Amino acid sequence: MLELLQFTFMQRALIAATLTGAVCAVIGVYVVLRGMSFIGAGISHASFGGVALGFFLRINPFHTAVVFCLLVAWLIGWVSERQRLREDAAVGIFFASTMAFGVLLVGLLKGVQVDLFGYLFGNILAISSTELLSMVALALVVFTVIVFFYKELLLLTFDAEMAAVIGLSVRGFNFIFLTLLALTIVLSIKAVGIVLVSALLVIPAASAAQLTDRFRNMMIVSVVFGVVSCWVGLFLSAVLDIASGATIVLTATFFFFISMLISPQRKKMRMRIGKLQKQSPEEYQESNPY
Amino acid sequence: MSDSLIELNQVSVAYQDKIVLEDISLSVNRGDFLGILGPNGSGKTTLLRTILGLTKPFSGQVSVFGRHPQRLGKLREKIGYVPQQSQLDLSFPIAVKDVVMLGRTHKIGLGKSPGKKDHEAVQRALKLVYLEDLAERQFGRLSGGQRQRVLIARALALEPEVLMLDEPTAALDVGVAESFFDWLHTTHANLGLTLLLVTHDVAVVPRYVTAVACLNKHLVAHGLPETVLTEEGLHAMYGCGALFFHHGSVPHMVVARKNQSDG
Repeated sequence: MLELLQFTFMQRALIAATLTGAVCAVIGVYVVLRGMSFIGAGISHASFGGVALGFFLRINPFHTAVVFCLLVAWLIGWVSERQRLREDAAVGIFFASTMAFGVLLVGLLKGVQVDLFGYLFGNILAISSTELLSMVALALVVFTVIVFFYKELLLLTFDAEMAAVIGLSVRGFNFIFLTLLALTIVLSIKAVGIVLVSALLVIPAASAAQLTDRFRNMMIVSVVFGVVSCWVGLFLSAVLDIASGATIVLTATFFFFISMLISPQRKKMRMRIGKLQKQSPEEYQESNPY
Repeated sequence: MSDSLIELNQVSVAYQDKIVLEDISLSVNRGDFLGILGPNGSGKTTLLRTILGLTKPFSGQVSVFGRHPQRLGKLREKIGYVPQQSQLDLSFPIAVKDVVMLGRTHKIGLGKSPGKKDHEAVQRALKLVYLEDLAERQFGRLSGGQRQRVLIARALALEPEVLMLDEPTAALDVGVAESFFDWLHTTHANLGLTLLLVTHDVAVVPRYVTAVACLNKHLVAHGLPETVLTEEGLHAMYGCGALFFHHGSVPHMVVARKNQSDG
């Protein structure tokens, strides 16, 4: 299996898998804790419109996808700030309309051969070195911002109202986060595809949530799950000659079920229920500390 | 007037087109312990949110430390706020001491990690609410009363001059609530705090507070507890709504419905 790594395309794929797995896993922690998985799915599907626009205008679809996803992410943020519309409705609007826009553009491209399937479902073995470079750049941006705003983003995730009380710009940080989410999605498209990115945003973080009770640990475990899923998926797909994006997502899902089975929370929960039944009401009453 | 920390001048607040607070004029001096009383929906929480600059009044002026509440800048660190039992995610992977540290997020500053001073402030705050033994526990694994104390510690970790508490005893048993008020009274004196306390607890408040504001959309009364909490004052406050006044399951007081108009 290791001789596969002699090929440059395989080396590129391995780097791409590592980047995608790590960045998605980090952003995914926020996505899962804030209950934003639908926004992730919405923005990733919107990138289809961006990719199609690139093909239509004959410029690099990767670049148009970046711009397009950023615009859609900000629009979702802006529309859901209007009090009369909930966030999921805003996502629902852009989810479908950007896909429709993409389908329309692709229909206009008569006679032009484009690798739509590769964008929709990912083709990690076909990543060019320029694409890899763009991925590295985007990943660096995302990681730097996350590290720099670590505690602000944590507070925003845990208690947005308190963030406002102590004077953080909740609006500003929401937009920063949507920006990071959009960049993460675009950089992952080549590896796992538009349709499957949202899975990588949710599954590794959800697996990590089963096993940890500290934010930082959840992030580390999530990255481990994300990266290992991408590696295993990549090698399986190369060896068995099957679709890379789908293999990666299914591998991550497999790890999720494993983490559910070994989750200490579940064990603790069972123990606690057992204890509660034995406990008398007096014991359960709250003590007075003051 | 230099001692006045918070000043409201004919402030009115509305959500959408429902007026919640109307024509409120109120001042809080340094070192005051102000009890804000009123029935449900009387705008107590909105009053705190207005002082914090989270809710914008449609008329009137609010000044906090002599400034507009949305332009407090660094002065914002001098205000601690303990929200009403909030809907925080109890499965959130975070330790008690980290929740308390989050109170200092803005003070620590962008791009910086907490330093020695910050950890010490967190320790002191946890000690003040008797939670130092549970510092490493996951926040969601605490009882309701303990979580409330974490949120108080989070506000105290800023070492504020003003502390605002919104119904801090809502989740406590009557006995614990009494002890809590004792604790608050001592802490008020020890830390030299200015306290704003929103509460239902008409029976307990007069023993501790230095001033009372009775709210029912309007400011019904404002002044010393012994002059405000008279029979007439309570009638004016609860006259247009509540018949019974509950704390926990024990009605403390029955106030007859008076046929007063809303105005």
